[in-house]
Amino acid sequence: MSRPAPMSPLARRLLYLLPVLAFAALAAWLALALRPDRDPSLLPSAMIGKPAPAFDLPALLPERPGVSSQDLKGKVVLLNFFASWCVPCRAEQPVLMRIAAEEKLPIYGIAYKDKPEAARAFLAELGNPFGRLAVDESGRTAIDFGLYGVPETYVIDKTGVIRFRHVGPLDPETLARTVLPLVAELGK
Amino acid sequence: MIPELGHFALVLAFLLAIAQSILPLVGAARRDPRLMATARPAAEGQMLFIALAFAALTWSFVTSDFSVAVVAHNSHSTKPLLYQIAGVWGNHEGSLLLWVSILAVFGLSVAWFGGNLPPPLKARVLAVQGMIAVGFIAFMLFASNPFARLLPAPPDGEGLNPILQDPGLAMHPPMLYLGYVGFSMAFSFAVAALIEGKVDAAWARWVRPWTLAAWVALTLGIALGSHWAYYTLGWGGWWYWDPVENASLMPWLSGTALLHSAIVVEKRDALKSWTILLAIATFALSLIGTFLVRSGVLTSVHSFAVDPARGMFILGLLVATIGGSLTLFAIRAPTLQGGGLFAPISREGGLVLNNLLLAVACATVLGGTLYPLLLDLIGGGTVSVGAPYFDRTFGPLMALLAVALPVGPMLAWKRGDLAGALGRLWAALLAAAAAFAIGWWIRGGPLPALCGLALGGWLLVGSLVELVERLRPGRGLGQAWQRARSLPRAAYGMTLAHAGLAVAILGITGASAWKGEVIRIMHPGESVSLAGVDYRFDGVEPAVGANYRVERGRFTASRDGRTIAVLTPERRFYPVQQQTTTGAALHTTLLNDLYAVLGEPDGKGGWTVRIYDQPLVPLLWIGFLIMALGGVVSLSDRRLRVGAPQRARRAAALPAAAPP
Repeated sequence: MSRPAPMSPLARRLLYLLPVLAFAALAAWLALALRPDRDPSLLPSAMIGKPAPAFDLPALLPERPGVSSQDLKGKVVLLNFFASWCVPCRAEQPVLMRIAAEEKLPIYGIAYKDKPEAARAFLAELGNPFGRLAVDESGRTAIDFGLYGVPETYVIDKTGVIRFRHVGPLDPETLARTVLPLVAELGK
Repeated sequence: MIPELGHFALVLAFLLAIAQSILPLVGAARRDPRLMATARPAAEGQMLFIALAFAALTWSFVTSDFSVAVVAHNSHSTKPLLYQIAGVWGNHEGSLLLWVSILAVFGLSVAWFGGNLPPPLKARVLAVQGMIAVGFIAFMLFASNPFARLLPAPPDGEGLNPILQDPGLAMHPPMLYLGYVGFSMAFSFAVAALIEGKVDAAWARWVRPWTLAAWVALTLGIALGSHWAYYTLGWGGWWYWDPVENASLMPWLSGTALLHSAIVVEKRDALKSWTILLAIATFALSLIGTFLVRSGVLTSVHSFAVDPARGMFILGLLVATIGGSLTLFAIRAPTLQGGGLFAPISREGGLVLNNLLLAVACATVLGGTLYPLLLDLIGGGTVSVGAPYFDRTFGPLMALLAVALPVGPMLAWKRGDLAGALGRLWAALLAAAAAFAIGWWIRGGPLPALCGLALGGWLLVGSLVELVERLRPGRGLGQAWQRARSLPRAAYGMTLAHAGLAVAILGITGASAWKGEVIRIMHPGESVSLAGVDYRFDGVEPAVGANYRVERGRFTASRDGRTIAVLTPERRFYPVQQQTTTGAALHTTLLNDLYAVLGEPDGKGGWTVRIYDQPLVPLLWIGFLIMALGGVVSLSDRRLRVGAPQRARRAAALPAAAPP
C-alpha cells in the first residue's frame, strides 16, 4: 500500500488550524448568547404576523356583545385574555380602565377558562373596560391564539392580523413605549 | 468561623495552584530539576487545602449552619443525613468545589504514582493541571463563593429540591465529575506532549489508565443518571436528549474514541494528531457541558445557575483552555512525526473507522444540542431539537459502529484479511439470525427492532468469538486453559466492554420498540391488563417519611391468576418546598420491567394511573454495568505490570513500566 501524496506544508498547517477556528466561531456565538437582554425562557409568539384564528365566542354580559374574529377587522383592536382566578389580572385592570377612558382604542376581553358568574363578579369589582366581552370556557380559542397563560394582551390590526403580544399584566411602561406607538402606526 | 477557614483554605489552594502552573513549566523548559520538583509539594498542598475547604463546607451543611448562603438556599434541618451530605454538591457553588476537589485528587495521583514518568513530562502535566485549577478556583473565589455568608441567618433553610433527594442521584454528580475531571488528565497529558513536541508509544501507555478510569466513572455516572430518570421522573423513558444529558454523552463518545485511538499510538505509533485532538476535544466537551448548565443560555431541567455574568466567566475559562490548547495544537501538531503505515483494511483501519464514526456521532449530538441556541441568535426563531432528529442521525451511526465492531479485533495489524475475518465470525452471524428469528416469532416486528436484536446478537457473539479465538481451543483444552490464565486482563476487559455494549443495544431496542403503556383513571378494586399481566389497584394509603408525606398506591400484578408482584408507587409531598414528586414502582425480572406510576387523584375517589410494560429494558442497565466492569478489569491489568516490573518481557521494545 502506498502512502497518499503528502499534503503541501501550507495545506497541512491550514488543516490543523481548523479546530481552533471552529472553536473561535462557537465561542463568539456563545458570547452573543450571554447578552443580558436575552432571556432563553422567553418564547416568542408564533402567531405574530399571522391572521387571528377564526372564533366566535358567546357574550358574558347582556349589555356587551360577544367577540368573534369578524369583529377584529376594520380597526386596530386590543384583545385581552383574563380570568377571575388570575391574580396578576387584577393588577392589570386599572391600566385597561385607563385605556378605555382616555384612548380611542377599543379593548375586547375574553375570559379564559372561567365560570361566567366568576368573571362577571371580577368585572363588577374591578371595572369593565371592554367594548366587547366574551367567555372561552373550554380554552380552545386561547389555544388557537397560542396563549400559554393569563393575562395576555394582543394588538390586532385592521385586517385582523396579530401584530404584537404582551405576556403578563400590561404595565404603563410597555403601554406607553410599545403598545400605543404601535397602535398609532397601525391606525394610519 | 469554620466557613471562613474554608474560604481561606480555598485562597491558599488558589495561590498554590498558581505556583504549580508556573514553576514546574519553567523548570521543564530549563531542565532544572529543583523547579520541576516543586510540582509535587504544590499538588500536595493544593489537595490539602481544597480538602479542608470541602470539609468546611460539608461541616456547614451537616450542622445546618444557615448563616452560609449556600446552606440556607439548599438545605433544611429535617433533611436526612445522606442528603445533608449530598446537598453539598447539589448546588452550583458546592458542585464546583467538588469539581476542583476531584481535580486535586487526580493531580495528586500523578504526583505520587507517576514515578515512571520522565520528570519534564510529569512537571508539564502537573503544571497544566495547575492551570485548570487556577481557572476554576478563581471562578469560585470571584463569582461563586461557596462560603458567602447570609446575614441575618434565617431560622431554617429552603431545603434541597425533592427530586434530588434520592440515593442514586446523590451519587450521580460525583461519578460524573470523576469522569469529566478525569478527562482533564488526558488533556493535561496532551498539552504537555504538545509543549514537549513529542508523542510516542510511552506517552500513550501513560495516558491510558487515566482515560480509562475517567471513562468508567462517566459510564457509571450516565447510567446512574438515566436510571434515576427512569424510576423517579415516571415518564416511562430513560433518555430525553435534554441538552444536559447530551453534555454528558458527548465527552463519553469522544472519550471512547480517545481510548481506542491511544491504542494505535501505543501499538503502531500512528494516529498521533488524532489522539491529541481527541484528548483536547473530550475535555473541551466536558467544559462546554459545564458552560451550558451554569450560564443560563439554555433552559433545562438541569440548569444550575442562571446568571450571564457567571456565564461570561466560564466562557472566558473555555476560551483560555480550549482556545489555548487548540492554538498550541495548530502550531505543534504538524511537526509530530507519523509512524507506521497501514492498509485501509487492518486493525488500525478498523480503529480509524471507529474514531470516525464516534467523532461524527459526537458532532451530530453537538450540532443538535447547539442548533436551537445558534438559530435563535441569528433570529431564525425558536425550534426544539429532540428525539426525532437524534434517532435519525445518531441511531444509524451507532448501528454502523455495532456492525463493524466485531470485525475490527479480528483483523491483523498493518494488513488484515477481511474475508477471513468475516468467515471466522460465522457464529456471530448465526446469532444475529437467531436473534432476529426469535424476535420475529415472539413479537413479529417492527423491522428496525428486529434488526436491533440482530445487531445485539451479532455484537455479543462476535466479541466472544474473538476471545475464544485467542485461546485457540483447537489445540487442546488444557492449553487453552493455560492461555486463558495468561491472557492479559485488557483482553478480557475489551471483551466485556464490547459485550456490555451489545447487551445495552438489546435493552435500547426493547425500550424503543416494544414498550407498552396504559393510562387510566382507576378506582380501588379495579383491574387493568397490559401485555398479559393483570394489575389490580388495591388503593392508596397515606404514610409519613423523614421530611415528606406519602401517598402509597398498591398494585397487585398477576399473570393467569398467579400473583407475580406487588407494586407500590409513591407520591411524596415535601412541605418545605411545597413540591410533590412521583416515583415509579418497578418489578424487574431482568428481562422485563413492570412499571407503575401513581398520578393525581381526580377528587372523586379515582386516581390517574400509568402502567408500563418495559421489555428488555433492564438489559440496558446491565449492559452499562458490564461495560464499566470491562473498563475496571482493563484497569487492573496495569496494576499487575507495575507489581512485577522486573519480569523480563519479550515485548521489551516498549518501556516495561507503566503507572497504575
